Amino acid sequence: MPLGRLSQWLLLAPALALLSALFLVPIVWFIAGSLASLGGASEIWGETQRTLGSTAIVKTILNTNVIALTVTLFALLLGYPMSFALSRLKGAAFTLVLVCIVLPYFTSIIVRTYAWMVLLGRRGIVNDMLLSLGLIDQPLALLYNRTGVIIGMTYVLLPYMVLTLYAAMKAVDMRLLQAAEGMGARPFEVFRRVFLPLTMHGVLAGCLIVFILAIGYFITPALMGGPSDMMMAMLIEREIELSQNWPAAALMTIVLLAITLALYSIYSRFNDQSGAEGF
Amino acid sequence: MSSVTLEKLTKSYGSETVVRSISMDIAQGEFLSLLGPSGSGKTTTLSMIAGFVTADSGRILFGAKDVTRLPPRDRKLGMVFQNYAIFPHLDVFNNVAFPLTVRRLPKDEVEKRVRQAMEMVRLTGFETRYGKQLSGGQQQRVALARAIVAQPEIILMDEPLGALDKNLRYQMQMEIKEISSRLGMTVIYVTHDQEEALTMSDRIAIMENGRIAQLGAPRDVYEHPESVFVARFLGEANLVPVKRLDGILRGPGGNALRVEKDRSQLATGKIFVRPEKIRLSSAGEPVDGNFLPGKIRSVAFLGNVVRTEIAVDDEVDIVCDTANSDRLVMPKAGDLVQVSWLPSACHVLEG
Repeated sequence: MPLGRLSQWLLLAPALALLSALFLVPIVWFIAGSLASLGGASEIWGETQRTLGSTAIVKTILNTNVIALTVTLFALLLGYPMSFALSRLKGAAFTLVLVCIVLPYFTSIIVRTYAWMVLLGRRGIVNDMLLSLGLIDQPLALLYNRTGVIIGMTYVLLPYMVLTLYAAMKAVDMRLLQAAEGMGARPFEVFRRVFLPLTMHGVLAGCLIVFILAIGYFITPALMGGPSDMMMAMLIEREIELSQNWPAAALMTIVLLAITLALYSIYSRFNDQSGAEGF
Repeated sequence: MSSVTLEKLTKSYGSETVVRSISMDIAQGEFLSLLGPSGSGKTTTLSMIAGFVTADSGRILFGAKDVTRLPPRDRKLGMVFQNYAIFPHLDVFNNVAFPLTVRRLPKDEVEKRVRQAMEMVRLTGFETRYGKQLSGGQQQRVALARAIVAQPEIILMDEPLGALDKNLRYQMQMEIKEISSRLGMTVIYVTHDQEEALTMSDRIAIMENGRIAQLGAPRDVYEHPESVFVARFLGEANLVPVKRLDGILRGPGGNALRVEKDRSQLATGKIFVRPEKIRLSSAGEPVDGNFLPGKIRSVAFLGNVVRTEIAVDDEVDIVCDTANSDRLVMPKAGDLVQVSWLPSACHVLEG
């Protein structure tokens, strides 16, 4: 159905109004207001240099990226085979697995995070089991450190990866795989030369979604991480709640937003290009 | 070069048997079509030869080599798939090169062979295009080039021309036939289009319910079908019900009908005669051979042929195809006529 330009905008209007009112306006107001409170341009420049020059803050930015990258990697490694299995399932088995993936989302993220804390604590179920099996002598430190953050965040973000990859894999014409096999390709070659390239846009989209969500994550690292696993969202919250340093929080927000938008623009450019090649 | 032998191939899915003990020998360099309606087992048979489907019982031999349990990749076949199966992420060059690069041939050898295959299907210059940028006929050529590039001894084709329009289909039929005979490849070709099978094949295997209903050269199976099914499947067929009374076959209205080679001695049956073997003449005119009086029900002008339907009695209609010519007088619906044919142009079928 061809749409006129006007009716197109009318259909988009409610969403645009909501986003503007609840997201765009507050964030511009927050950043502009915070920075304006410093005074003129030279004061803002000085604050920027001070904030982004602080080793603690630089370390947090680095930490955040490393954690987000690690989580993305684990989500991909776990999610790819899962999605493949899901894309091959039919009927009741498919529904069951899908429900298992999506159902946790009906419970609060705080509840789920506490559940992980019960599992991963020094006297938690995982350590108890490993100790009683005699696999370890000392309880493993799985909580309040990087390991805990990675486990918790990978768990929370995995479904985004799985569902994105699933959509890409479901779109692959299975006859192409059969054709490749008929032309002499071994199973691994079929995967490497046909299936992987045909699902690569899903891999990129999934990684991007997970990375963008991970880089701004707050609750899981706050509850399951240690002091050295501070992430940017936590730092922003701390600057406002504890230090009441709104300009620093605003500057951190700009950095976070810039990373996200930069990644998104790279992705959409790539997507346009592959579209032109006829995917 | 390699022949193909099928020995009592059988395949069931659950309680449904789709291929029932098929045996046949396909000679080296032969072009054999598997022709049949959907559900007749022709695609399953091809899939077993390709190795995508494992036979429940029976054997498949290429030459003297038993390949029944060999995975598809080790059968070294060329294949053209329905809908072509062109890889969307690879350009034409890399699509055609695929069977060579998976076998890790040296780069210059790959380039040489791809160039040859592209020349053969007249697609030179399209190397950097992608599947979506090609017309149906060009995609078909890519699929064909990819099937012959590794110089296989046997090529399997699964309804390769089904998606093309009629003129292009005829042109591609000629090209496929020409290329496969030039390269001396054994071709097994699945189709449900009888005209295509007649045009291209050395022999046709007509399949019905998982069995081979008849196997023979195109002219042979067209002129001498062994069953009503084959007669009907290979084009228009007149099937006139007959009864044997005192050793003489009698058709509608008790007219005696003669059949030159009447070996069957069936008590009842159907006389088979193709529409183009039937002559139409005015009522009462003297004619050779068998004749039946009737009334023209309809006339259709098909261009090269005029197709006339004649009601012989309440139950039997005869279809008559008359070649168009300068002397043709168009018959008219309602005319009283007689249809006639020679005893050598018909035979009796069970049914």
